[in-house]
Amino acid sequence: MIWGVLQFPGSCDERDALHACTLAHGEARLIWHEDRDLGGVDAVVVPGGFSYGDYLRAGAIARFSPAMESVAEFAAAGGPVLGICNGFQVLCEAGLLPGALLLNQSMRFACRQVELIATPRDAFWSPGGPKSNERDDGSGERLSIPAKHGEGRYYAPDEVLDELEAKGQVAYRYAPGHNFNGSARDVAGVRNEAGNVVGLMPHPEHAVDPLTGSTDGLRVFEAVAAAGTPA
Amino acid sequence: MTVGTAKHRELGLTDSEFELIVEKMGREPNVVELAMFSLLWSEHCAYKHSRKLLKKLPTEGERVVMGPGENAGAVDVGSGYAVAFKVESHNHPSAVEPFQGAATGVGGILRDVFAIGARPIAILDSLRFGELDSVRSRHLLDGAVRGIGHYGNSIGVANVGGEIYFEEPYEHNCLVNAMCLGLAKTEDMVRAAAAGVGNAVVLMGASTGRDGIGGASVLASAELGDGDEAKRPTVQIGDPFEESKVLECCLELLAQGLLVSLQDLGAAGLTSSAAEMASAGGVGIDLDVAKVPLREADMEPFEIMVSESQERMLAVVEPARVAEVLAICEKWQTGSAEIGVVTDSGEIRILRGGEVVGEMPVEALVDGCPLYDLNPAEPEGWIYGNRATLATGIAAADELLALLAAPSIASKRWAFEQYDSVVGSRTVRRPESADAAVLQLPEAGNAIAVSIDGNGRRVACDPYAGTVEAVLECAQNLACVGAEPLGLTNCHNSGNPEKPATAWQLDRAVSALADACVALGVPVVGGNVSLYNEGPEGPIYPTPVVGMVGELPDPTRVAGSAFAKEGDAIALLGPFSPTLAGSELAKQRGELGKGLPQPDLAAVAAACAIVRDAVRAGKLASAHDVSDGGLACALAECAIGAGVGCRVDVQPLRDRGCSPEDALFGEGSGGFLVSGERVALEALGAVYLGEVGGTTIEIAAGDRSVVVGLGTAESAWRSLGAQAEHSGA
Amino acid sequence: MARARVLIRPKEGILDPQGKAVERALPALGFEGIEHVRVGRMVELEAEDPERLAELCEKLLANPLIEDYEIQTL
Repeated sequence: MIWGVLQFPGSCDERDALHACTLAHGEARLIWHEDRDLGGVDAVVVPGGFSYGDYLRAGAIARFSPAMESVAEFAAAGGPVLGICNGFQVLCEAGLLPGALLLNQSMRFACRQVELIATPRDAFWSPGGPKSNERDDGSGERLSIPAKHGEGRYYAPDEVLDELEAKGQVAYRYAPGHNFNGSARDVAGVRNEAGNVVGLMPHPEHAVDPLTGSTDGLRVFEAVAAAGTPA
Repeated sequence: MTVGTAKHRELGLTDSEFELIVEKMGREPNVVELAMFSLLWSEHCAYKHSRKLLKKLPTEGERVVMGPGENAGAVDVGSGYAVAFKVESHNHPSAVEPFQGAATGVGGILRDVFAIGARPIAILDSLRFGELDSVRSRHLLDGAVRGIGHYGNSIGVANVGGEIYFEEPYEHNCLVNAMCLGLAKTEDMVRAAAAGVGNAVVLMGASTGRDGIGGASVLASAELGDGDEAKRPTVQIGDPFEESKVLECCLELLAQGLLVSLQDLGAAGLTSSAAEMASAGGVGIDLDVAKVPLREADMEPFEIMVSESQERMLAVVEPARVAEVLAICEKWQTGSAEIGVVTDSGEIRILRGGEVVGEMPVEALVDGCPLYDLNPAEPEGWIYGNRATLATGIAAADELLALLAAPSIASKRWAFEQYDSVVGSRTVRRPESADAAVLQLPEAGNAIAVSIDGNGRRVACDPYAGTVEAVLECAQNLACVGAEPLGLTNCHNSGNPEKPATAWQLDRAVSALADACVALGVPVVGGNVSLYNEGPEGPIYPTPVVGMVGELPDPTRVAGSAFAKEGDAIALLGPFSPTLAGSELAKQRGELGKGLPQPDLAAVAAACAIVRDAVRAGKLASAHDVSDGGLACALAECAIGAGVGCRVDVQPLRDRGCSPEDALFGEGSGGFLVSGERVALEALGAVYLGEVGGTTIEIAAGDRSVVVGLGTAESAWRSLGAQAEHSGA
Repeated sequence: MARARVLIRPKEGILDPQGKAVERALPALGFEGIEHVRVGRMVELEAEDPERLAELCEKLLANPLIEDYEIQTL
């Protein structure tokens, strides 16, 4: 299987994402933002960083790049897309995911290890999977993953949040006590309705090597790989 | 066009310096020439008062790949790889505008590293401000931390360590020293020397505006006084996004072999870059300011030559390859222009279109500046103030809590949490988890460690001993993670060197640095000097800041600083003989004065080797250097980090002649607090102190024993955020 | 070419920590009686076709989910 990791001017974590992808499964390559041709990849990762310096709004400019237009088509056709941090912001700006990411409540960038609860319980990635997930009942799988951002406070109007929860679109929540940025309903990551596009603020690509931290992040990449491996 | 005699004084040149310029040129300089001389002959660029002293430093060694004089130093880390590193100051701009001053300080040091072809992999910062009960100091701290975070995070280089101190002498002259490390294949590293008569000179990066016009001579070579608000326009504005593009562009150009040489533009902008490239190569350079991409249309030639606009690099390129270079710059969406040519004239000529608007011999500009001898004189007594903030006669437990809550000692998590410490996937030890940062180098099959240290207060007590201690502190921190030192970079921050007391401090500090480096076998591969850090209230503490890089073979064998588990034995290793002289407790009691015991360099070096080998062999569960606040604070830090208490008795120190107070809170080099199996520790020569366990920190010290709850200690130690964000006057 | 200025503000109801921080700091600086501070962005530009400005705002300059905008022709 082949992963494609987008690279914009200002991307920071694309090489770390490349490495995480190959650790999980298969090969990975960079896709330059100006390329319309995704090169037949099986899954796309939109990585973390400060694309275009976060100028205007984080992700606002990157989402118009030729590569992102192709990613939108890829997603519409059911291809798996994982957006991490700035990638999540880009996917929201592009309308591929609901909601928006705002300035952290503390108004400061923070880099810290957080615990996430992956919901629903039985699969990280289930296109067409369970349709409903209630707020954490303590039984979701816990992942320890670093978060590092200044604009990661998830926001969507209440009606939208209700709908997301009803349809099982909340993919990750901060565990109690770990929501440091003020995200609505502790949402750390969401998926689209079809379930093939997922975005999260914390960085699973920085949790794949026991030498540098936990390896819980591998679970996220493995789940994407399962969805992306040609049958 | 010639200039009136008063102009040169406005630009910071003395009368005799001006006369020397006239003599070297054979005529009076015009406006463009005078501006260029005033910058290159400023203290910041020419090191007029320090260059003679710095010759004492040992700069050679078998692992040195690049030494002082290049954009950054570099050491061989094996397998064909080299680690480049350097520390630089950005003090005066940060005192005026802390966010941009600190941000551009980071930008500048990053460029120094990728200018030699190394990809930046880590940054560290050493900061000093006045006490936190001052609104100004809180403002500077907040701005500097935000600025460093903004620049480093945006460009995607991990910030892996640093230090922050708060002392009154820095109230009006804060210190912001930024260090950067980069990785390159040794054979790919590039030097700055311009070469090849007829080669093109290409300017890359941001457009040129009026940022920092006269910055070097106006700010860094004079004391800050009233009216420094008016100096705000001369502070440069940084754009990390632009720098990330320039960085990728330069590394790609170097990888494709398209550049003959590369230099970054820093203080004194185009003037210093072009002149230094020409000087290093023994050639001349012609530059046409009409070809420089400008941000403001109506800039004068002298403004273009001295502008300190950020995120710019200068390259020498063979004419046949210029088109390829410009194309790659275009790909990375960064500016580029061919602005000049390398000549054999030995002169730097500035043209505007076809007209020559300035010309001077390169040698006069770069090497012609007079170097001054200092007139050192040891001051009679303690020339800094004293302010008591802690009563005497209180319980030792309360003294421990006061020390743990002291901003200089307290956890810096509030600050380092604002930095990305994981990008790049190399960080094996994040800030606060071990005494030095550790970065894995999978390419080279090993790892490196880095620490940045200094203690201005102790250097003020005894410049020689205090500076030796700074070098030993670095070595001890490296030993705690199993690393052997490879090289050192240093930044000397001092007051006005024309004053005898400051001159004496500088002289003693440099001598100490030289002696310590020779004794440890660690070469100095580069560094920086920042002088004139003083105001009407007086000078800062003399503050040599040392950054040391070491290597270790196995990143899985790195000891953390915190205790590992209940039941482990705690022991003290090394020739630790603490006294209260120059200590944080003495400071809080208002009892600072001249004099420090002289550290035993050989004995401490031997202890470092023992600890290093023990860590590599996996014999230590934890290792922590004893420094600020003494043994009691070190014990508390180890316990808090572990989330479990300890019970120890400091009798072994009392057996060495220390009073209970010295044993608890005394400071000095040579103390390693280690934990693990008692038998293993004692076999290394460590003395048993006690055991890890319980929920209290209990230290038996004769009539000054300490019992403090772990939670209470932690609250005190984690109080920096509250002190930093305290609002109101 | 028509000159225009676009003001972009956080929507009412969205938590605006910058606005709150500014508002809270004002009394200590001697400014009483100031409320409902919102901190936003301002973009100035010259446009050949001012008719397209609204579309530019909707698509790029503002995020309609979280921001309001106001176009002022100068």
